[in-house]
Amino acid sequence: MKDRRSISRRSALLLALSSSGALAKGFGGLADKAPGFAVPQPGTPLVFPKDHGPHPNFRTEWWYVTANLSGADGASYGVQWTLFRHALEPNATRGGWNDRNVWMGHAAATSTSEHLFAQKFARGGIGQAGVEATPFRAFIDDWVLETRDDSTGAGIERLRVLAGDRDFAYALDLTATGPIVLQGESGYSRKSETGQASYYFSQPFFKAEGSISLHGRKMQVSGRAWMDREWSSQPLGPDQKGWDWFALHLDGGAKLMLYRMRSVEAAPHLFGNWIDAGGATSLLTGEDIGLEPLETIRIADRDVPIRWRVQIKSRGLDIKTQPLNPRSWMGTDPAYWEGPIRFSGSHIGEGYLEMTGY
Amino acid sequence: MKETLWTLAALASHWRRRPGNLGMLLLGLAMATALWSGVQALNAQARNSYDAATAAVSGGGARTLGSSRSGLFDQDLFVKLRRAGFNVSPVLEGLVRIGEQNVRIIGVEPLSLPRRSPIARMRSRADLIEDFFSGPGRGFASPETLRRFNLAEGAQPLTNRGRQLPPLAALAEAPPGAIVVDIGVAQHLLDRHEKLSRLIMADDETLDEARLKSIAGDALRLVAANEESELDRLADSFHLNLTAFGFLAFLVGLFIVHAAYGLAFEQRLPTLRTLRALGVAPMHLVAAMAWEIAVLTLAAGGVGVIGGYALARALLPDVARSLESLYGAQISENLALDARWWFSGLAMAGAGAVLAAASGLLKTLRLPPLSVSRPIAWRAEHHSYLRRQTALAVLALVVAACAYGFGKGLASGFAVIGLTLLAAALFLPVGLAGALALGEHVARRPLARWFFADGRQEISGLSLALMALLIALAANIGVGGMVEGFRQTFGRWLDARLVAEIYFEAATPADAQDIETWARKQPEISAILPVFRAKTRIGGWPVDVFGMTSHETYTAHFPLLDAEPNVWTALHDQDAVLVSEQLARRLGLGVGAMIDVPTSHEDWRARVVGVFPDYGNPKGQLRIDHEKLKRYFDDASGIHYSLRAAPDATPRVIEDLQQRFDGKIARIVDQSELKALSTEVFERTFAVTTALNTLTLIVSGVALFASLLTLSEMRRARIAPVWALGATRSQLAGLEMIRVLAFAAGAAVLATPLGLFMTWCLVAIVNVAAFGWRLPFHMFPAQWLVVLLIALGAAFFAALVPLVRLARSAPTELLRVFSNER
Repeated sequence: MKDRRSISRRSALLLALSSSGALAKGFGGLADKAPGFAVPQPGTPLVFPKDHGPHPNFRTEWWYVTANLSGADGASYGVQWTLFRHALEPNATRGGWNDRNVWMGHAAATSTSEHLFAQKFARGGIGQAGVEATPFRAFIDDWVLETRDDSTGAGIERLRVLAGDRDFAYALDLTATGPIVLQGESGYSRKSETGQASYYFSQPFFKAEGSISLHGRKMQVSGRAWMDREWSSQPLGPDQKGWDWFALHLDGGAKLMLYRMRSVEAAPHLFGNWIDAGGATSLLTGEDIGLEPLETIRIADRDVPIRWRVQIKSRGLDIKTQPLNPRSWMGTDPAYWEGPIRFSGSHIGEGYLEMTGY
Repeated sequence: MKETLWTLAALASHWRRRPGNLGMLLLGLAMATALWSGVQALNAQARNSYDAATAAVSGGGARTLGSSRSGLFDQDLFVKLRRAGFNVSPVLEGLVRIGEQNVRIIGVEPLSLPRRSPIARMRSRADLIEDFFSGPGRGFASPETLRRFNLAEGAQPLTNRGRQLPPLAALAEAPPGAIVVDIGVAQHLLDRHEKLSRLIMADDETLDEARLKSIAGDALRLVAANEESELDRLADSFHLNLTAFGFLAFLVGLFIVHAAYGLAFEQRLPTLRTLRALGVAPMHLVAAMAWEIAVLTLAAGGVGVIGGYALARALLPDVARSLESLYGAQISENLALDARWWFSGLAMAGAGAVLAAASGLLKTLRLPPLSVSRPIAWRAEHHSYLRRQTALAVLALVVAACAYGFGKGLASGFAVIGLTLLAAALFLPVGLAGALALGEHVARRPLARWFFADGRQEISGLSLALMALLIALAANIGVGGMVEGFRQTFGRWLDARLVAEIYFEAATPADAQDIETWARKQPEISAILPVFRAKTRIGGWPVDVFGMTSHETYTAHFPLLDAEPNVWTALHDQDAVLVSEQLARRLGLGVGAMIDVPTSHEDWRARVVGVFPDYGNPKGQLRIDHEKLKRYFDDASGIHYSLRAAPDATPRVIEDLQQRFDGKIARIVDQSELKALSTEVFERTFAVTTALNTLTLIVSGVALFASLLTLSEMRRARIAPVWALGATRSQLAGLEMIRVLAFAAGAAVLATPLGLFMTWCLVAIVNVAAFGWRLPFHMFPAQWLVVLLIALGAAFFAALVPLVRLARSAPTELLRVFSNER
């Protein structure tokens, strides 16, 4: 299968850490061979709720939530919540300070005029950061993504997500209105022809409700959220320099995930997945997808495209995207652009755009 | 300008003719500058090191959270605070022994360290951080620390408890004397599982005290930025001490400059008159002389600053070791001084030169072009001079009394000493004049009468040098008495404190149990005394708590300054503590007072049943019953023991222990070794004081020499008439020698009570303020005799050259006085 779509933005995000210098070797070796770490195997069924928890045999994994929200004041907002685990060496989960897992959290809150973000690093093993499968709980310091008290099941149907920093905070209840979606071949997501792969699933059907506060101004909000889960040990090739990633909620209930990998040497690769309102997926190939930057702005000394034309020929989709806030720059380690977008054209809706490597 | 230049040239010709005079002037200025700037260099160096040490981990000025009870707290509190959103970073500090050296281990968590922390900079260096907390880890030490401990990069030394350090790497930002390791590694090395010493708060964190309390209870408290450097403040007293000595030496040096410049002025008087007569305006003369002083300052000051640097380099190892053994402060031995220091040294030299030359300059300004000598006029001048001296002496005494009565602490102690010295110095010429007047009154023979009368006339010229000598002698007696008194007290105290024959530290509490079980079966070992210890904090001050078992070792020997009658029974049977003198003074506690001791659980209220001396310890100390220590302090060490054994069996017992429990014993020493170690610490502490003291005395000897040289030049005019009347040259030289020796003896006699007073001030005011302990006041007459001999010797040698010259001077030279009246 030519499916390379799950050469995910997140794996590459970790790769980008290497250029920041921080924790360089630890995060940087994603394209390296990873002796001592487990390698994803096709045909391995994902098991829930176990697979909501961490996979210590694998080098890296992440828990990723984005939400498009509207406030009681009629304005639009977006939030991002991310937790990465990275093992510095095999058998990293040892408890205490001997643990060799490093956890990294990114959080952001965006309005039309503001994009506020923060990041956290923590060591595993002492209880400062980690993930538990049952009941599901992912945390780093006081940022949490966890099963709500009113939840009865063992899955991730009813979560709450909390994060904040000096200038912003948010607290959302996430309630799944559809099934978990396995990406790739039943969750086995091939990264390259040479066998790199990851396990990958999503929950794109979250209804979100709660509050967001920017500079102390608190606002009730509601909207839609999308969660991604992925784990692997060597998910990347060395020549990838960045990507443009879209997670779109279409009015009518369908979801669309697609992205463009920009390579140093080769032509860009386009990948996608069409998820209908019931959760059924159809993989989209590069020939089917059209992605075209329409407007570029200068931000943090880089030229970043912020408006796009997106086409899916087989679905008759032809839309133009517009960022909620063109300056949704994550000045983290590493730095990248990630923020809520809206789109119109053949379809209307909203979603999240992430662009790295500019 | 041209006129000034020509004047300068004319004046400068003097130095070519009198190189000795020039040499003396330069020497005085250079010595004064060297002593002052040397001491300043030591202080600056120490201060830089303190700053580096406190700033290296936290970035300086950081607020930290520390335990409000005992020394360490549970790591769990850190996790709880992080989970509650507090942006804090954990630190664990402690000492390990590697070979014969104490090495400070600082455990940090690099991911949460505040960005401004110099150590956090390693985050941006991939090659440094990659292995810091993966693989075998890394230990960062400054290149200098590695050199000092004789450790190579990549080495993995073993601690005396058998724990292996991670491979060492050089990192310039690491604080002096410390090895920075990952927090987990530090817990392992220090055997402090899941314990932390403090939490550094991020720069922008505002502390919500109510929330802190709701999470951590009252286990943690905010440590003010300056409180953490408690030891630095203690060390401040040490530096004030050094500064006081440096200043004293500087003043004494200025006496030399004054004398040398006075001589030059005297000798150049004819030249000055001639220049004035030739029409040079007084302002031009002064300008030329000012230029001259500026050039001399640059030359001598430059040499002096370089000398100061050399002096600082020579003394630095002793100073560093004193500060380390006294306060645990780590001083970098790489003397690094900035431009400010060099400049301030030169500025001090310039200020000193101007001060010393001021009277010469003023006289030049007022110099009449034509003047006849008025030999009788000195009498009126002399009287007003004595009156002025007396008034100033009384004023200095009054201010000293005020400083003693109203002042507090170290500064007031030094003020009392300084002002009293000044008063005595000012009074010295008055006293000598009185004695000479009395002599003149009593004397019958004409030559004897002349001797006394002439002596009075000489006083004003010699007085500055005599004052310098007096101050140096008094300081010598004062400091010598204090040091010697301390040495004796310390020795006796060590004997009483170190009664047990063997002291050991087990690697772990379990090992300690094994050793204890074995030791109980050994017939040579008569007693096994556990001396477990714990840490707490009282009144914001670090306090060590030691356990004591009930044993004759303590009841018969342990030195106490003050105690209840049944102190030992009370200590073991009641809620009772012994407090160290330092702690008692700091808290204002005496025997019978109640004290709340923070323990691992809650405050323990106990009665103070005794106060014991604890010389040399910068921290407070409590002694409590062994069982109570174990009960109240969860983290009591459980590894420290003293053993009693027959003295002749001691070496065998130590050897047995070492063979049998090789890895289980972290450290073992016998009594004599421990005493030797303690005494060495003591000697080092006062090595610098003694060195500076001796230097000051040497400088004052040179000052006396310079003054006598000046005087002999001036005195020819006075001696010539007596010679003309029939006294022989050798008779006159003999009289001159007697006079100089009498003056020096007078200064030494006055210096003795003054020195004793200084000793008293040092032990009763300065030491109490600086260290928190008071020493018994001792007197050492043998020292006084030595000082008297030094004074007479200095005077003798200083007078010898001018007198030999006088005795050998050709009669024509003396005759010339009459033909060539100045």
